[in-house]
Amino acid sequence: MKITLPEDEIMEKGHMACLGCGGALAMRYLLKALGRKTMVAIPACCWAVIPGVFPYSCLEVPLQYVAFEATGAAISGIEAALKAKGKKEGTTVVGWAGDGGTLDIGIQALSGAVERGHDVKYVCYDNEAYMNTGIQRSSATPKGAWTTTTPVGNTRFWKKTNKKNIVEIMAAHDIPYTCTASVAYPEDLIKKAKKMKDIKGPCYMHIYAPCPTGWKYPPEKTIELSRLATETCIFPIYEVTYGKYKLNKNIRDEKKKPVLEYLKTQGRFRKLDEETVQSIQHYVDDEWIKLKKKVECFGEEK
Amino acid sequence: MKKVLSGNAAAAYGSKLARAEVISAYPITPQTKIVEKIADLIAVGEFETEFVKVESEHSAMAAAVSASLVGARTFTATSSQGLLLMHEILHWASASRTPIVMVNINRALAPPWSVWADHTDTVAQRDTGWMQFYCESCQEVLDTMLQLYKIAEDKDVMLPAMLSEDAFLLSHTSEIVDMPDQDMVDDFLGSFEPENIMDVDNPMSFGSLSMPHQYFYEFRYKIAEAMEIARSKILEVEKDFEKRFGRSYGGFIDLYRCDDAEIVLVAAGSMSSTIRVAIDELREKGEKIGLARLRVFRPFPIEEFREIAKKAKKIGVLDRSFCFGYEGAFFTEIKSALFDIDERPIVKGYVVGLGGRDVTLDVIHEIIDDCQATTDTRTEPFKWIGLSR
Repeated sequence: MKITLPEDEIMEKGHMACLGCGGALAMRYLLKALGRKTMVAIPACCWAVIPGVFPYSCLEVPLQYVAFEATGAAISGIEAALKAKGKKEGTTVVGWAGDGGTLDIGIQALSGAVERGHDVKYVCYDNEAYMNTGIQRSSATPKGAWTTTTPVGNTRFWKKTNKKNIVEIMAAHDIPYTCTASVAYPEDLIKKAKKMKDIKGPCYMHIYAPCPTGWKYPPEKTIELSRLATETCIFPIYEVTYGKYKLNKNIRDEKKKPVLEYLKTQGRFRKLDEETVQSIQHYVDDEWIKLKKKVECFGEEK
Repeated sequence: MKKVLSGNAAAAYGSKLARAEVISAYPITPQTKIVEKIADLIAVGEFETEFVKVESEHSAMAAAVSASLVGARTFTATSSQGLLLMHEILHWASASRTPIVMVNINRALAPPWSVWADHTDTVAQRDTGWMQFYCESCQEVLDTMLQLYKIAEDKDVMLPAMLSEDAFLLSHTSEIVDMPDQDMVDDFLGSFEPENIMDVDNPMSFGSLSMPHQYFYEFRYKIAEAMEIARSKILEVEKDFEKRFGRSYGGFIDLYRCDDAEIVLVAAGSMSSTIRVAIDELREKGEKIGLARLRVFRPFPIEEFREIAKKAKKIGVLDRSFCFGYEGAFFTEIKSALFDIDERPIVKGYVVGLGGRDVTLDVIHEIIDDCQATTDTRTEPFKWIGLSR
């Protein structure tokens, strides 16, 4: 198979991410797609540390570190200023935040920014918990997961609720483009990032970015595990372009793997009981059916 | 050109005359008229600016900081709860060295709900690294806004500045305001040309992690230094403004009939006008009373108060805010400024006007009477005036 990733490395060597960090890969791919005429705002998250300590940075694009809940507002301000200065044309404005900064504390500013229709690209790299502060649950943490604030113990005090479906929340904002991507499928991620760059208006990309440190798995398994998340339909790869749904990785029924195969790969699900595994399976099945229905009803014209 | 403008409208026109390039703001009573007026000016084609109608004050300030780092001249306005919601980003703005100009309408903080004048909102932002100005008239609002851009954007200052005006008493009071010509304002202000901006052709990071042994401590020292430099810039800019536009407000402290005054009252904002009337009445009777209207709270006018203390026998400080567990902030700070001088006057504090309680002529007279009667402040350093018990 011919690999067609852009060769330019805009994320340089010397970053401070953990071994096997999905979020580090995600940034590398994203910048390859968007190119050097990109401005980035990053709130508190692992990526507030990964670029390096002042005065060093592994990112060769202008970068603003912003307050935890402020990413949506920051990129609105950058875009407005570029417009005021007559410099917007050809420049891509990116908000790059973790799941806590997106689904929890940053959801208001994000919602406001896309509703106002700024020409901004918001990318969430989802490692399913507050990893930078040391693995606390967020609303992106899946049901059944151990974190330091859902520490299991004798009372089975794991995360009790399902993950917030931010992708559908963003699609419901009726913005030009919403998509999911995974570090397991770099060509798909890059294609989508390029598509976002060409669309004038707010776009949202949700990247599945496994965290070996927080999920308790060997760092060399990041890609394998990411692929499994999609093959079990836990993390479907799809896009919504001007309201039209499209599955980019269709998983045929006979190929769909049980969630248990995915759950078994990570220490954070180690103590789950059968009943909870069942309920996760049901939830994933239901969500998958819903998504396929949306593709059927609101798919791109054949 | 003379125009009848409210304090709110003066602020809106100030942003237009300063040619603010990005405005991000959120409505809140009694500031709402500022954002409405700006929207009107844009709608009729009189004002070209990027107006970001954010979903909260937190986002208003965050967008302003980001826009400023791209090199745009920015403006925002808020009040009360909104200012408090911005608090985190106020620190972000000064530490990013973004010379944002903001108008705050001084309004009480809930609960209970109150939309009326009270200085607690801005006093609570004392330590955010913002310059802080209090205005008395609509003309002063407009003129000070123009001055603030010039001071804040000075390359040796590069700090944000907030201008305060009292809820309704100034925000909704209309006065005749002399609107300077755009050409003259352009000539006075020039354009905003920061040294470091976000630029795809010269990528830089703003706000990277700093370890304890590195630069954080020095960055903070530089802010402290810039605040000191701002002292001279505030005076220089006002002098320049006076030369061009023929108006000035006394720099840090606006002195009224203080030359031979034995008692000097210190106050900020709209109640200063009432104090002027009381002073005129008492001067008729030969009583030597003056007003030192506090115009700049940060940087704090230390030397200026020491000068006043050299001549006055008594200083009465009116605070339209209160720091629970101690006393009014202006009162504390003035006393602190006078600590090192050899002969200190009697300094007494008065808490007034919280939640928009009217500071009437009677209130001022009661304060002056009390000041005259006071010979010792050890047992009662300050008083709440007009309290119902």
